Amino acid sequence: MTDLMLKSEALHKRFGHVEVLKGIDLEVARGEVMCLLGPSGSGKSTFLRCINHLETYEAGRLWVDGELVGYRQVADKLHHLKQSEIAKARSEIGMVFQRFNLFPHKTALQNVTEAPVQVKGMAKSEAEFHAKELLDRVGLADKAGNYPSQLSGGQQQRVAIARALAMKPKLMLFDEPTSALDPELVGEVLDVMRGLAKDGMTMVVVTHEMGFAREVGDTIVFMDGGVVVESGDPREVIANPKHDRTKAFLSKVL
Amino acid sequence: MAEAAPPAPDPVATTPERVKPEDITAVRLRHPIRWVAAIVVLYIVVALAYSLVTNANYDWGVVWQYLFSAPVMKGLGLTLVLTVVSMLIGIVLGVILAIMRRSENPMLSGTAWVYIWLFRGTPVYVQLLFWGAIGSLYPFITLAVPFGGPDLIHVDANTLITPFLAAVLGLALNEAAYMAEVVRGGLLSVDEGQTEAASALGMTSAQTLRRIVLPQAMRVIIPPTGNETISMLKTTSLVSVLAFSDLLYATHNIAVQNYKTISLLIVASIWYLLFTSIMQTGQFYIERYYGRGTARVQQETLLQNIRRRMFTTSREESGTGPKA
Repeated sequence: MTDLMLKSEALHKRFGHVEVLKGIDLEVARGEVMCLLGPSGSGKSTFLRCINHLETYEAGRLWVDGELVGYRQVADKLHHLKQSEIAKARSEIGMVFQRFNLFPHKTALQNVTEAPVQVKGMAKSEAEFHAKELLDRVGLADKAGNYPSQLSGGQQQRVAIARALAMKPKLMLFDEPTSALDPELVGEVLDVMRGLAKDGMTMVVVTHEMGFAREVGDTIVFMDGGVVVESGDPREVIANPKHDRTKAFLSKVL
Repeated sequence: MAEAAPPAPDPVATTPERVKPEDITAVRLRHPIRWVAAIVVLYIVVALAYSLVTNANYDWGVVWQYLFSAPVMKGLGLTLVLTVVSMLIGIVLGVILAIMRRSENPMLSGTAWVYIWLFRGTPVYVQLLFWGAIGSLYPFITLAVPFGGPDLIHVDANTLITPFLAAVLGLALNEAAYMAEVVRGGLLSVDEGQTEAASALGMTSAQTLRRIVLPQAMRVIIPPTGNETISMLKTTSLVSVLAFSDLLYATHNIAVQNYKTISLLIVASIWYLLFTSIMQTGQFYIERYYGRGTARVQQETLLQNIRRRMFTTSREESGTGPKA
């Protein structure tokens, strides 16, 4: 399964007695951009967080790049992964959050160099060289010395993307990256993401930006109530939704 | 909208011919109550100052005589050493206890809880007395291999626990309980998203705590820690009860000989006040350091404040704080 970056098989997730994911079957090929849509509470963010070990799952299986997420299979028994193994797996997956979560006590440059230096043990000078390249790539070369509080929301989110890219991830996860932004700042973040997609990055994007999903997404997945209701080619699904639930949702957001 | 009126300056126009209206010169508000209050306060201040000078019982000569005397200096030195040592141990233990309380291991979090409950729930004065009398509770302190094995260390408690050690134990162990709560509050104040972002980058929980959470928690931890340190300096005066010759003990010893109790209490107060003032200033600069990145405009220092007040007019003043 080398051409598959992500595979989810009957994935189940419970919070106490509330079942949030009720069997998710999905596949994301290497280089594919998948957009996850759905009303809030549909489980799309939870699914995204499972991929990065921010949530555990109770049943089913989840693989990233052929490696089982969260567990190691020995014979027919599953063993929990050690903290260090989870950290290793996370370091290869980039994640961008709705609320940016930049480190406020570090400058834009320090935000980007933190993980390469601390996790990969990269030399500071080398990390700074790469970080400057990345900040340039997201259009913020001149903001390297600024603290997050001195940046606009859109700029902060672009730094957050650069921070994730600094670890050279094989997969990027976006959890509603533009939902906390003023409308006029959404475009600059989507532009950066569009560029990433063009460069062949494998991406799973939870979003409400229908335009982005239609234009950049290779696949669109519509989730509701913890299951995948409909998936397929974005233009196809958005233009001719088959399920009533999808139709109802799209009529509200389009 | 009379046709004959000269064209009114268009508020939107940015052309150079736009006429700037004259500055407003309004009649200032009068504040009679402020004047009354100021006069009352001034009267009290003058009366107090007058009594300070004229009341012979203050005996300023005696104050001067002993302010820099050798026993007072020695006592002051011991008070400062005691403050610093107790505070350092208190902070280190406090951080450990705070991290223990966050632990998922119930044994660790439970132990920390009981420790804080015990040391915060009894007066520090009582704890000091306990440490002073520990010899009657455990006459010998022995470190041995359990179940009848050989003794590794065997010492007389009264030799081991000197008044200084009893004072440090009493103050530091009590302080640790308070610092644990201060640190815990600081750690709780850091947004959950910070931990998530750090772990999503592959940082371990130890790295996340040290590099991301603690530095941000510091902003919340520093002000109460400053208060704790100032409070510690003053609390050390309780160790006189252990016959430990701190600042208060030294001045008290002089006072019992010359009966100038008030003068010598003033000597002690002057020193306490001087060092709490120094600590306050230090606290300001540390807070300023840890506030970087959070405040858009950095808090100005006293010198910057004076310079600004002296060399800028009130109109220039708005929005000219030094940049962070």
